[in-house]
Amino acid sequence: MSPVETVIQLRSIAKHYTMGGEGFYALQGIDLDIYLNDYMAVVGSSGSGKSTLMNLLGCLDYPTDGQYHLKGMAVASLDENRLAGIRNREIGFIFQNFNLLPRASALQNVMQPLIYRGSPLAERKRRAEDALAMVGLQDRMHHVPNQLSGGQRQRVAIARALVTQPAILLADEPTGNLDSSTTVEIMALFDQLHEDGQTLIIVTHEPDIAYRCRRVITLKDGRLISDVANSATVISQAKGVGAHG
Amino acid sequence: MANLGFKIIEATRSASQSIAAHGFRSFLTTLGVIIGVASVIGVVSVVQGFSASITQEFDGMGTNVINIESYTPRKASLQGLYASLGYDDLIEIKHRVKGISNVTPTVTIWGSNAVISYRGESTDTMVIGTASTYQKLYAVYPDAGRFFNLSDDKSRRRVAVLGPSIITKVNIKGDPIGQYISISGEWFKIIGIAEKRGKLFGFDQDDFILLPYSTTRALLGGAEEPDISIGLQVDDMQMIEQIKQQLKNVLRRNHNLGKDAADDFKIATADQMLETFNQIIGSTTLVLAGIVGISVLVGGIGIMNIMLVSVTERTREIGIQKALGATRFDILLQFLIEAVFLCLLGGLIGLVLGFGAGSLISSATGLPEATVPLWAVFLAFGFSAGTGLIFGIVPAFKAANLDPIDALRYE
Ligand SMILES: Nc1ncnc2c1ncn2[C@@H]1O[C@H](COP(=O)(O)OP(=O)(O)OP(=O)(O)O)[C@@H](O)[C@H]1O
Ligand SMILES: [Mg+2]
Repeated sequence: MSPVETVIQLRSIAKHYTMGGEGFYALQGIDLDIYLNDYMAVVGSSGSGKSTLMNLLGCLDYPTDGQYHLKGMAVASLDENRLAGIRNREIGFIFQNFNLLPRASALQNVMQPLIYRGSPLAERKRRAEDALAMVGLQDRMHHVPNQLSGGQRQRVAIARALVTQPAILLADEPTGNLDSSTTVEIMALFDQLHEDGQTLIIVTHEPDIAYRCRRVITLKDGRLISDVANSATVISQAKGVGAHG
Repeated sequence: MANLGFKIIEATRSASQSIAAHGFRSFLTTLGVIIGVASVIGVVSVVQGFSASITQEFDGMGTNVINIESYTPRKASLQGLYASLGYDDLIEIKHRVKGISNVTPTVTIWGSNAVISYRGESTDTMVIGTASTYQKLYAVYPDAGRFFNLSDDKSRRRVAVLGPSIITKVNIKGDPIGQYISISGEWFKIIGIAEKRGKLFGFDQDDFILLPYSTTRALLGGAEEPDISIGLQVDDMQMIEQIKQQLKNVLRRNHNLGKDAADDFKIATADQMLETFNQIIGSTTLVLAGIVGISVLVGGIGIMNIMLVSVTERTREIGIQKALGATRFDILLQFLIEAVFLCLLGGLIGLVLGFGAGSLISSATGLPEATVPLWAVFLAFGFSAGTGLIFGIVPAFKAANLDPIDALRYE
């Protein structure tokens, strides 16, 4: 047994798309291990395959090739229903555009994933309230999304991702739609989650954010070109990307 | 699975939320179902109310009553030969057929011979000339005064029993009993007022005058013998078929009908009339089934259309739900329940509207009070839920089969 537990193991992962008769690889030959309590940033220019990778990790999509093990399970071979179960139990997804259910209150949004696992109402409510309190929204629980600011919406989304106590939290440009001060708040929240032992993967274009993470991987044209622990090189690389986007 | 219970409750809650979010559109969507259920319930409520009162009517009349009327076959009527029943037929029946009682002649007069007047107020009505046994045969009891008796009939007394509507029609003031009313130019003493019976088919059942049979004949001025109908009561119901046969034989002989000649009369029992009536109800039910069928189609297509639109509109939401771990089945259940819920709501509105319309029609036309039988309520809800299920399945599958990534990317 290794001293650090591996949560995710990718081997030779590829995602191939065919468009208009022409095929190309959005991802190719990806080997990646993600460990318990990793705090990892994914950087790379636009179109490099970051979101494609996140969707695969989040079990929203199938790789065309390669092996994906999540907590030892061979995910690629699972059927739709099992994948839904994994998304529900093991994955917390946070999107750039929040993706809250528009007619549901903050509380209902956070309770939603617990419905799919059949938790009774009282338990759902208690856990959702706890999660909302953790992101500092205990007094906004009955607001619907369009009564909340962008930062508050993203906090609801984070609470919703956390409420199921997932093995891994995936955030695809979580601060992309937020101003700088709100970005700082959200990042502080991620730092806190990392300290509490959560495993996080964050896609970002912003060097500041990449810098806060403990590990940074870089994608280029669907290939993993670097995987480094946080250092000055990362910052300069991330800066290059930032200037690009 | 206990989970399914939760999921159904949740799906119902979210269905009501999204139905409420598009209040007016939801209403328009269910219009087909509303109209279908409303028309069925409307017709059922009227027919049922009507049917209940008819059955009661026949019950009051008793199943042991037989009515005989003259009947002219079509061929004969083209030749100008009209069948008729006369008083001698009645006498023959009385003498020859055993096991019957209250043999009663009835002659009905309409038109110019049935004009009545009272202190300058004049109107026409239906004058029925009959015997004192009419009272027992058809259970007509005077509310005030008395019915005429055998001696009134024997001595051609000019006495009349009025249907209660006559009092208002010619505006009789004070106690009508003992006052005089003119019928076809002759004066009659009012001796009784019949019990009120109300309206049937919009037809006032209290607009009539009963006179002794002999008096009526005198009134008609003996030129030609009137065509009467004969009512009688069978003492022992077991014997009814034999008695009908005997009546037939007596009348055929009395009318000198040859072996091959058709009957020139009709013998009807209350049972037969009830049966005829039930046949009418039966065909009404068939028409109803047609309405149900058409509204299933119209209502269902409306539901399907809007549910498809709704799935498209909510593609992104479905993507989000799938990302949060909703299975195909969860999404399928949600949209199916929404369709069923929508239809049941339409069914409920239709039920209320239909009953309201039925009651309105009944009271406006003087039909008996509308009633909705329990089976019709179940039918309405069953039909609504069925429509939702059948026509909700296609949109629900469309939603359930969406690819999560595509759905999340949907703009
Ligand atoms: N469904 C698809 N069909 C065809 N091509 C696709 C599909 N999804 C993504 N791609 C392509 O795959 C490549 C990688 O896309 P991806 O969304 O992963 O990029 P990204 O790194 O997230 O970029 P950005 O920083 O702009 O979000 C792009 O060239 C994109 O056009
Ligand atoms: Mg992206």
